[in-house]
Amino acid sequence: MTTATITTAQGTGFVRLAHGTDWLTVCDRALLTPGRGVAVLLPDGDQAAVFMDRAGQVYAIGNRDPFTGAYVLSRGLLGSAGGRPFVASPLLKQRFDLATGACLDDEGAAVPVFTVRTD
Amino acid sequence: MPEPTTPNALAHTAAPTIVVVGHGMVGQRFLEALADRGLTPAAGAARVVVLCEEPRPAYDRVRLTSYFDGRSPEDLSLVERDFMERHGFELYVGDPATGVDRAGRTVTARSGAVFPYDTLVLATGSYPFVPPVPGKDARGCFVYRTIEDLLAIEEYAKGAATGAVVGGGLLGLEAAGALKGLGLSTHVVEFAPRLMPVQVDEGGGAALLRTIEDMGLAVHTGVGTQEVLAGADGAVTGMALSDGSSLAVDLVVFSAGVRPRDQLARECGLAVGERGGIVVDEECRTSDPAVFAIGECALAADGRVYGLVAPGYEMAQAAAEVIAGGRSAFTGADLSTKLKLLGVDVASFGDAHGAAEGALDVVYSDARAGVYKKLVIGRDGTLLGGVLVGDADQYGTLRPMTGTVLPVAPEQLVLPAGAGGPVALGPSALPDEAVICSCHNVTKGAICEHTTLPEVKKCTKAGTGCGSCLKVIGQLMPPPEDAGLCGCFPYSRSELYEIVRTLEVTSFAELLDSHGREEARGGDGCEVCKPTVGSVIASLAPTVGASGYVLDGEQAALQDTNDHFLANLQRNGSYSIVPRIPGGEITPEKLIVIGEVARDFGLYTKITGGQRIDLFGARVDQLPQIWTRLVDAGFESGHAYGKSLRTVKSCVGQTWCRYGVQDSVRMAIDLELRYRGLRSPHKLKSAVSGCARECAEARGKDFGIIATAQGWNLYVGGNGGATPRHADLLAQDLSDAELVRLIDRFLMFYIRTADRLERTSAWLERIDGGLDHVRDVVVHDSLGLCEELERMMTDHVAGYRDEWAETINDPERLRRFVTFVNAPHAPDPSVKFVPERDQIKPDLELLAGPVLAVRTLEGTAS
Repeated sequence: MTTATITTAQGTGFVRLAHGTDWLTVCDRALLTPGRGVAVLLPDGDQAAVFMDRAGQVYAIGNRDPFTGAYVLSRGLLGSAGGRPFVASPLLKQRFDLATGACLDDEGAAVPVFTVRTD
Repeated sequence: MPEPTTPNALAHTAAPTIVVVGHGMVGQRFLEALADRGLTPAAGAARVVVLCEEPRPAYDRVRLTSYFDGRSPEDLSLVERDFMERHGFELYVGDPATGVDRAGRTVTARSGAVFPYDTLVLATGSYPFVPPVPGKDARGCFVYRTIEDLLAIEEYAKGAATGAVVGGGLLGLEAAGALKGLGLSTHVVEFAPRLMPVQVDEGGGAALLRTIEDMGLAVHTGVGTQEVLAGADGAVTGMALSDGSSLAVDLVVFSAGVRPRDQLARECGLAVGERGGIVVDEECRTSDPAVFAIGECALAADGRVYGLVAPGYEMAQAAAEVIAGGRSAFTGADLSTKLKLLGVDVASFGDAHGAAEGALDVVYSDARAGVYKKLVIGRDGTLLGGVLVGDADQYGTLRPMTGTVLPVAPEQLVLPAGAGGPVALGPSALPDEAVICSCHNVTKGAICEHTTLPEVKKCTKAGTGCGSCLKVIGQLMPPPEDAGLCGCFPYSRSELYEIVRTLEVTSFAELLDSHGREEARGGDGCEVCKPTVGSVIASLAPTVGASGYVLDGEQAALQDTNDHFLANLQRNGSYSIVPRIPGGEITPEKLIVIGEVARDFGLYTKITGGQRIDLFGARVDQLPQIWTRLVDAGFESGHAYGKSLRTVKSCVGQTWCRYGVQDSVRMAIDLELRYRGLRSPHKLKSAVSGCARECAEARGKDFGIIATAQGWNLYVGGNGGATPRHADLLAQDLSDAELVRLIDRFLMFYIRTADRLERTSAWLERIDGGLDHVRDVVVHDSLGLCEELERMMTDHVAGYRDEWAETINDPERLRRFVTFVNAPHAPDPSVKFVPERDQIKPDLELLAGPVLAVRTLEGTAS
């Protein structure tokens, strides 16, 4: 599992996501709302969830909620606890650390993390 | 039910065998006392056999009547699920002891099984006394003692209209409550000149009488039952009374006291009292040193047979201690008691009748309000006892003070508020050795070693008997250290509401940085506080000058996904749509539009419980297209996704129904349109019924309206769901304008003071003063708030806009309705459906990926 590389560049620019050996261009930064996520369709058919927090930092994790199988994590609410950002699944509210993908409510569960950069 | 283990004679040769006859409340307490002392088979210390006559293990007989509050026989059980197995006790239910051979030291059960014993404990309890009147065995005559009695009464009552209870004591009034609960018109016949002659004095009896008669029960005191009359078919038809009058009744319950069940003891030659009861010494030992007797079957060393559970528990403890080799004695108990009979608080404690030499009474009596309070004071100012009827809140503090000189003048303790009293004599005034729980003999000092009520119950058993001490225990517990909403805010929802309202804060970030916990400031909040604050700001939007549109600006990031997409997320990531159908009234044309939209988008269609239509299976990107069609046809958001008003259900009312007395449909539509879109701490449901038949089920709603010939009755705080609650009457015979004004005030007061996700039912139960307080505030304007509450509702009504109409007409707002930010027109490949009963259902197999098996929603919900 990779860990997220986080840049804090402000202003406009593109959000890119590491996929295989390439950077996949996701969208214009301006399309992200602080505190919310968007879903990204990956070339292999998988899905990622990309979030921006209040400070403008961008994170990406897998979009699939491992507890229900539904691809919905991008629609969860972002929060922070002890300075670490997390998203709460909109279905059954389990929280996932955005930087590591670890589930904060169940040690046995985790989601993949994608490296992101903005430029 | 525990499976009794097979007796193994060899295994028990070393350890002594204890046989317990009777598994009622006291028998169970005795087993718990054995377990507390390690005298169990599991510990290898003894074999313990329990013979139980009833078909079920011990249950809470004291609360038998609560069966009619929706409790099941299982709810009344006193035995923890694995109690018997854990300790290795052998319990035989439905198999009473039929004989004791004291010489051979064996007990024979009805099944024929013979159990040898080293120690025998008789806890056979008592049986109801049926006076020897002619006709007492007619069909339709019952006693009231066991769950089986109660089930038999319930069955017979289905074909009965009127019932009578013989006996106006504690048990008689309980039984009368049961008959009333079964819908019977009920008579109470008491031979003594007043109700509850043992517990209360004449004044208390008078207060009780008035309140109970007000409930619609017919009370006949000072008369005896001469004969039960039966028809040719042998069924009860009436009763002849000693004053020459008669009552036409279909059912008679004898509840004229109990007698100790000492037959088994008599037959095996144990000493019994002249008037019954197995003679025991202070150690609860009978005339045979190997045999003990405890509870209501025992004639205690002080010459009394105790018919209350608390002394029985004390005997159980004493006997267990003696059998375990310790020293203990039961020398007598006080007969203090507090009950809620038919909803009336009745308590008596200490020397309630002022029998002591030179005792003086301090009495407050208000027959109009049904309140009677008497304190018995000794010459030296010592509190000797008392009687409280109608308001027994002080019982918890006064009873432990019995025997001490009161710290304030006694009259201050009986006078009502506003008349120089009552002085708040809180439990903090009690000495540590004061007994708070008299059922389990637990002192204030023992309770104060713990910090939460569940811990107190588990460790000391206090509060698990009659429950009358629970309020005092609650007051002894330290307040919870942190009542904050979540890890981000140290304030409750209602406190945040006040902060937002008074400081006119319109942004979550501003509120978090100014009023959040130190460590959470500057952060992102969390999934708990963001929607809560979003809802508070939305509720107050017209007042504090925030945008009322929930998806504007920063508000957009605060909402749960349902509010974010103005639809309801389903388990496979698709959404459902509920257009508003006010009052459940819909034209054929609109019904056709819904059908066409569902057909064209392939949506699963189902009628909801709130008289609306739910369309399932829409992808995020389809929502605006679907709503464009719906809005064009005149539909608007039904707010099924929001913590806001859902629906106002209605019956068809006066317009069509031959029983209707008001136009319930028009009122339902008016109310639904008035309160639509109102953001609140939780969802709000309502209904309007056109007559007392209540077809709209209004009393199961947060605010329900039932038509009367004079206008409308308003009920509040109802709920269905997991904890059903009938709504309480707030005001009656209201005009249209009065009704709307009261609901305006009620809803705004609820929104202002409720906790996050607290329905009106839980709110009403929680807030200090309950319904009476809410009535004071919203009907009598006791806080001077009503004008403001009404103005806020007026602002809400004026500021309402349909969220979906605004969304589909705004390209900026529509941008969020794409599944993928990098492929706006691609449908979500994970949202697929399979056929089911001519419609669709989510394809869940598609979602069961390799990482984790799909869990059921029930399996992971917390």
